Amino acid sequence: MVLGEWRAQPGRTLAAILAIAVGVGLGLAIHLVNRSALDEFAGAIRSVSGAADLQVQAASSAGFDEDLYPTLARLEGVATASPVVELRARTDRGEPLTVLGLDPLRAAAVTPNLLGGGAVGGGEGGVTTAEAVFDLDAITLSPAALQQSGLRVGDRVRLSAAGQSASFRIVGVLEGVSGDRALGVIDIAAAQWRFDQLGRLQRLDLRLSPGVDRSAVERLVQERLPPEAALVTPQSEMRRTESLSRAYRVNLQMLALVALLTGGFLVYSAQSLSVTRRRPQFALLRVLGLPARGMLGQVLIEGVVLGLAGAALGVVLGVALAELALRLLGGDLGGGYFSGGRPPLVFTPLAAAIIFGLGVAIAVLGSLFPALQAERIPAAVALKTGSGEGAETAGQPLPWISLGLLAAGGLAALGPPVGGVPLFGYGAIALILAGGVGAMPWLARGLLGPLRRLRAPPPPIALAIARLWGAPRQAAVALCGIVASTSLMVAMAVMVNSFRGSVEDWLIQILPADIYMRLDPGLTLDPEAQARLAAAPEAAAIEFRQSFNLRLSPDRPPVQVSARGQAGAGAGEGLPLVGRQVTPEGLPVWISEPMARLYDLSPGDRLTLPIGPGAQAQVTVAGVWRDYSNQFGALILDQAAYTRLTGDAGRAEAAMTLAPGVEPATAIEAFRARLPPLIAPGADFAEPREIRAVALRIFDRSFAVTYALEAIAILVGLAGVATTFSAQTLARRKEFGMLRHVGVRRGQIMQMLATEGALLGAIGALAGLTLGVVMSQVLIHVVNPQSFNWTMETRLPWPLLASLAVALVATSAGAAVLAGRGALADSAVRAVREDW
Amino acid sequence: MIPRRAFAGLLAANLILPAGRSQAQDRAGAPVFAPVRPGRPLSFPADHGAHPDFRTEWWYVTGWLQAQGQPIGFQITFFRIRTGADTRNPSAFAPTQVIFAHAAISDPAIGRLIHAQRIARAGFGLAQAKVGDMDLVLDDWRLRRAAGGVLKASAGDQAFALDLSLAPTQPPLLQGERGFSRKGPRPDQSSYYYSLPHLKVTGALTREGRRIPVTGEAWMDQEWSSTLLDARAVGWDWAGINLDGGGALTAFQVRDGKGAAVWAGGSLRRSDGRTTIFAPGDVRFVTRRQWRSPRTGARYPIARDIQVRTPGGPRVWRLEPLFDDQELDSRPIGPVYWEGAVRTEGGRGYLELTGYDAPLAL
Repeated sequence: MVLGEWRAQPGRTLAAILAIAVGVGLGLAIHLVNRSALDEFAGAIRSVSGAADLQVQAASSAGFDEDLYPTLARLEGVATASPVVELRARTDRGEPLTVLGLDPLRAAAVTPNLLGGGAVGGGEGGVTTAEAVFDLDAITLSPAALQQSGLRVGDRVRLSAAGQSASFRIVGVLEGVSGDRALGVIDIAAAQWRFDQLGRLQRLDLRLSPGVDRSAVERLVQERLPPEAALVTPQSEMRRTESLSRAYRVNLQMLALVALLTGGFLVYSAQSLSVTRRRPQFALLRVLGLPARGMLGQVLIEGVVLGLAGAALGVVLGVALAELALRLLGGDLGGGYFSGGRPPLVFTPLAAAIIFGLGVAIAVLGSLFPALQAERIPAAVALKTGSGEGAETAGQPLPWISLGLLAAGGLAALGPPVGGVPLFGYGAIALILAGGVGAMPWLARGLLGPLRRLRAPPPPIALAIARLWGAPRQAAVALCGIVASTSLMVAMAVMVNSFRGSVEDWLIQILPADIYMRLDPGLTLDPEAQARLAAAPEAAAIEFRQSFNLRLSPDRPPVQVSARGQAGAGAGEGLPLVGRQVTPEGLPVWISEPMARLYDLSPGDRLTLPIGPGAQAQVTVAGVWRDYSNQFGALILDQAAYTRLTGDAGRAEAAMTLAPGVEPATAIEAFRARLPPLIAPGADFAEPREIRAVALRIFDRSFAVTYALEAIAILVGLAGVATTFSAQTLARRKEFGMLRHVGVRRGQIMQMLATEGALLGAIGALAGLTLGVVMSQVLIHVVNPQSFNWTMETRLPWPLLASLAVALVATSAGAAVLAGRGALADSAVRAVREDW
Repeated sequence: MIPRRAFAGLLAANLILPAGRSQAQDRAGAPVFAPVRPGRPLSFPADHGAHPDFRTEWWYVTGWLQAQGQPIGFQITFFRIRTGADTRNPSAFAPTQVIFAHAAISDPAIGRLIHAQRIARAGFGLAQAKVGDMDLVLDDWRLRRAAGGVLKASAGDQAFALDLSLAPTQPPLLQGERGFSRKGPRPDQSSYYYSLPHLKVTGALTREGRRIPVTGEAWMDQEWSSTLLDARAVGWDWAGINLDGGGALTAFQVRDGKGAAVWAGGSLRRSDGRTTIFAPGDVRFVTRRQWRSPRTGARYPIARDIQVRTPGGPRVWRLEPLFDDQELDSRPIGPVYWEGAVRTEGGRGYLELTGYDAPLAL
């Protein structure tokens, strides 16, 4: 019986299965891609940290005093401490790599994988390594670094880091460093000497004595750390890695669930129609003695089968999608969180099982209401009316439940984030969606009311209005799929459009100069070179800047600190400030919106930065500025104050305002010629125009998946509309026959159908757009600030919304007319005779 | 004393002066090692301390302990090596000096050595060889001269730990020409070398967490030099025996590939303090029995007769090991050699046999 029903309605069944499959597939794909990326990233972290039990990391690349090394090495419970100088460097061909300065004798006990071959000496492979021990001229490269640079063991390589440059002989390969980490290991004394790090360390890797109480040692270490160093355990490092992409990941996951939910609505609408159509069949079965429970069971079994088929297809689809996404977009799905590398796919059966189960559950849930409806069919009445249709349950549709849901949604939107994830925000969206869909019958009547008062409309239109008015619940069944998918699409589109618009504005505000210069990592301009550059006649003014990362909390990614500002103007000049400002007595800093939210700071608050003498720079927040470039916080302070605090007068960035009439291209030539010859090849010049283009390209790339999901949601929605309409139309054969009998012409029936379709489409579009805009406000004002800590201004994508509305009206009208043509092919007599 | 030599040689050959870089000496910033010359009087306590201008230096303590009535041999050794690292490097991590240490016990109940070793570049007080008096630090290992000239030594790891006081009972024994000890046919193949025999030992041996009080008698050698062995040398035999009644016998020979002595020497100090210094022709090692290591396949002449010529006529000491398997495998940092407790009629000491597993790569 189940098969028979499906054979009769292949299109609708297929649409429902596909909808479930798409939801399951997207959800699984996003999960798998993230899992794979996280595994890869965690592996990369492990290979750089080695197998250290504990790690002390500097808050910034300026490092901490090397005296911490003997202090921690002598601690009870610390078996060995391995000091590390960690530098971001570049080869003379421009490839970036991380350079670690190690003491091989200490590293051998703590992080042996960071030493080539057999650690110290040792067997056949040890010869190369033994040579490398204490050879201040030697470097050992990871396979990836060798491959990237095209160099071989025995070659010399020149490295630039921290503004210095030195050449080393490649003596071996770091076989213990896997993946695509470009890593070079030199002697710690060479690293300190050649790269101007005397007295400084960036890292201490600790191995604990066997059987020692780990947390006790952590406490001891913590007590002895200066402010510019922080204790990092593999766990906190993993947490940090996860928090990097969690919000982005959860957002995508939620979108996939939304697709699944839409699938659920499509199942509901397909099953409702199918149950309605089979009323006589069910009634007959009842008369033949099948209990009411049997009806319920059959419809539910249909739902289970639909769900199983859809979910199974979805798992296959998900794995394929994940594979494809990893290949095309990389492990962060274009989010920009994990640099480089295409991780291998990691399949997690548990997650697949959960998402599979969710798909089946939603299909069953979608079938539940139609099933209950089937159970309640009173046998006698259904048989007597002899109609597969009609029998709209009497009474005015009640909007109270829906209003309650909408109100609950509004309240949920006010809720706080749960563990950095805006769960209440998503809950609000779900409640608003449910409430909105539930209110459809009522809304349909409300909207049709004025049309009924039209005086003497043409008969087809009058018929269409009368029918929709008379059967609002059936109209709602057709509408719920449309409204669900439309509103979600609209919400996403409004959010992305608002975001993109705000980013565009922000890019213009944040890049006021004519030309921006940035040096490769490791290069800096000393004051003399700065003066030479500033003296260029092409420049009206040059603002030199220095940026570095500063870790303020061991669990959080570092904050980007930028020293800038010209003499006479505050560092906060020209920033896109939001909210109030204060003029503090102490040293002012301007913090980005994400930093203000992450560290709970507002103008006037004081904080201590781990820089300068004693790493205790006291600063006061003067203002908060909008920033989309750094999700984990950024801070700006005056560059003169920065130099005073740290003694670092080097600058690696510059913003140049050109003298009137100077062409940017000419100016760049002139500036480059004025740079020291060693630095000139490592200087990047860009005009704001290019920077904006690049930034927006990155933005679009990171939203590529969102766009794709949106497109899929639109397609599923439209497909749902089309199948629902054709089903409803086909089910009304008798009605059409009757109309023909009473003298309505074929063309008029077609007009009636087109009007019905267009009206429904219009109601759906209106409701969908309204609901969507409401939900977009939740996305903009709740979900985004709570996930990413930034705000934006709402901008409605009018062209998209308009074309969406037109597409909906056209699709529903078109689908109704197409189906009507099929239904009207039969002769009027036969149509009326059916079932008699 | 060979392993010292062997070890220093290994470091020098493989680590400090990378292969194929004989031009190292021409490099700017390359260290200049102090030469060993005759006629430099040793003065204490300054010469108990380190001599960082020389390439290699060692403090070598060997001896016999009584632990719960059972004899146990032990050794604690510290090496200081001056590397070929660029002397201009101002970094506190500059690896100009490396400290290596080794500890082992010979327990007949176990039948083989238990040993532990440490190595680190000198610096930050975590690893150091002090100048001016004996004070060697390598993480939690230490050997220093405390008040009253008593040596305090502590070394070990999870399996065993030695915590000993070694009190001198005699003045230092200057080897060779008042501390100038030749090691080869060329006069520059030599070292400064003195010994402290008959050290009275008290302290404790901790094994698997159990602390056992011990007493005993030990011998300490300190030797420093800048010159490697003769080109023909493949190994070295050494013995230092505390003779009953207060005498001390030192004997060594440098062997070539055929087992013949390239150089030999040693001394005999009688209980009354009269000392005979042996010329190369005065010392002979005669093998009575060999032992083949099942692990490395090396054959060690572990039972030896030491024949020496003294003004009072030739004398022979028949050395017998405490047990056979006292082979020490210090790879990957050091070589494979035999270093074991030996006894003789009227004395007890240590015998060291190197270059039997593989020729010393010098």
